Amino acid sequence: MSLDYISDLESEAEEKFERIGEFELNTGRRHGISRLWFFIFRASTVFGIIVLAALLLNISNNAFGYVVVLNQVEPETLAVDGVPLEELPKEAMVEIFASNVSSGLYRRFDNEKPFAERSRQDVLNLVEDWVINPQVERTWSLYESLFMRQQISTEFENNFEHGELVFRSWVSSEFFTSPQSAEPEQAGVRTAILGSLWMITITILFAFPTGVAAAIYLEEYASDNFFNRIIQTNINNLAGVPSIIYGLLGLAIFVRLLEPFTSGAAFGQTIDAATANGRTILSAGLTLGLLILPLIIINAQEAIRAVPSTIRQASYGIGATRWQTVWNHVLPSAISGILTGTILAISRAVGETAPLVVIGASTFITIDPSGPFSKFTALPIQVYQWTVRPQAEFRNIAAAAIIVLLILLLSLNTSAVWLRNRFGRRL
Amino acid sequence: MIKTKINMQAQPNTISANGDYAIETRQLNVYYGSFLAVKDANIKIERQKITAIIGPSGSGKSTILRSFNRMNELVPTARTEGEVLFGGQNIYNLEVDPVEVRRRIGMVFQKPNPFPKSIYENVAWGARINGFKGDLDALVEESLRRAALWREVNDKLNQSGLSLSGGQQQRLCIARAIAVRPEIILMDEPASALDPIATLKIEELMRDLARNYTIIVVTHNMQQAARVSDFTAFLTMDDDRAGILVEFGQTNQIFTNPREQRTEDYITGRFG
Repeated sequence: MSLDYISDLESEAEEKFERIGEFELNTGRRHGISRLWFFIFRASTVFGIIVLAALLLNISNNAFGYVVVLNQVEPETLAVDGVPLEELPKEAMVEIFASNVSSGLYRRFDNEKPFAERSRQDVLNLVEDWVINPQVERTWSLYESLFMRQQISTEFENNFEHGELVFRSWVSSEFFTSPQSAEPEQAGVRTAILGSLWMITITILFAFPTGVAAAIYLEEYASDNFFNRIIQTNINNLAGVPSIIYGLLGLAIFVRLLEPFTSGAAFGQTIDAATANGRTILSAGLTLGLLILPLIIINAQEAIRAVPSTIRQASYGIGATRWQTVWNHVLPSAISGILTGTILAISRAVGETAPLVVIGASTFITIDPSGPFSKFTALPIQVYQWTVRPQAEFRNIAAAAIIVLLILLLSLNTSAVWLRNRFGRRL
Repeated sequence: MIKTKINMQAQPNTISANGDYAIETRQLNVYYGSFLAVKDANIKIERQKITAIIGPSGSGKSTILRSFNRMNELVPTARTEGEVLFGGQNIYNLEVDPVEVRRRIGMVFQKPNPFPKSIYENVAWGARINGFKGDLDALVEESLRRAALWREVNDKLNQSGLSLSGGQQQRLCIARAIAVRPEIILMDEPASALDPIATLKIEELMRDLARNYTIIVVTHNMQQAARVSDFTAFLTMDDDRAGILVEFGQTNQIFTNPREQRTEDYITGRFG
């Protein structure tokens, strides 16, 4: 009897439960919405890839292609007694050089470095640059070079009696090793690469330790009070300040206010009278350091915050001090995250142009930077400067310089990822 | 094989000659912000015995435990009033260094939390940073032996501590705590994340360790408290949700003949 009573109760409760409402599963519609979002997400990714591909194609389009090269003097005519130019002794080359250029130019090169001291290869390069003096008369884009061969050769045969139709890669080994030049055929990015590398080294040396130290302080030491919250908010906001503002800050502080230090005068550096001021690699590196400091701090804070608090407790629980805990447990666990954030920040710094323009990076410079107190140029400055030139060939070398910049970025990132994996692989 | 056996005896009692107890609280109040988590707790812990702290969730068991080695200070809003006497001295006195306190009063946590380092390093690190001079290898071996883990790990000391099973990890954490030669070991639900067999091993280990160390263990598991502990403290929440100590006594007495009605209700499962 009692069992019946219980089952009665149960069925009554069951009915009551069912009366509350019903399910409308509608799985078809729910799956449909699911699929729709899947396509939206995938389309976004595909769109991103397309944009990236378009960018790379556009750059390659300018960086490679057919050109018509016109020599001022044909190399064959420079042969002496049937011996071609490349095989002549040095003295004969010097003679050819002297007789084909103005005496003023000859004296200039002789003053720079006497011909007696120059190597044979050096003289050969001079002859090629100044006597043969190949000029690019006409350039075609990569697209035209690949798909409109016929038109190109017709145009070449109709318009150019002399000259040579060659496929030219504007990114070449000479492009890497030549300094800046007024002639686009001879201009290279060596000074810009060295400038960028010097600058980024200073940026890293300044911003990485400072940023990580600030992040450790804010996460592990600072108490949660009004003052520290203001600091935190300011750091977050500084990460979004436009880079040109940092340029102005760098101009005011490093170039002007700290000129004795950034120009090297305070360290007994002899200063080029024409550029005796703070517009040096040091100023640029420190300015970019300021620019990425908030990024490094925020990223490092995130990485430190992600370290489980159980590790800290375990460490404190056996009598470790705060510093022992941070150094032995928090930092090793956070280091790969910190490095990832730093990589991103440094990539941004390498590509920055606006602050460098403001603090006065040189646009035309042919001498390699010799240290932190040199005047300098950097890759993005070089790209910017070449793209605003009217001659078509400068657009080609600007595209080539962009490729170099991308290669530099990629190799910096690769080495940082390698570093990260090395440090991160601690058990 | 390492032959040297080092004297791992807990610090002689002469250091704390003033107190008859291993550790003792007087009118202990712990606040989190304005919330009173533990109210007027007076508890005296006997030397080389196991004291269990039981009670419903939120009754301040872990808070009391953490006040014994000033771990509550890691919570930014925590504030402690009253005294915790250890060796006759209030560990909350300004001149007392919490680092020294935590070296002498070790802790084992609810979830096994070995460092992401080798098994050897897990045990050796604490000794090293506390300025241990002597045979580190022997110290590691003896600590692992005392934690009943040596035979399972002696051939893989260089492997990560995280490669062990949950129960082994917890014993590694106990070895890590032992290695700095504490006098008291605090255990915060040390077996709650483990399976029954691993739990049993930890309990056996606790009985072994009690010969040399004073152990205070927080547990949710009343059978565990009854099985392993010599003394039991029962905490509950009073009307304003502050944790209060209801009854403290020999485990036998608490479980068979509680003086307080609330203790009896909790132990018999009528509440909590």
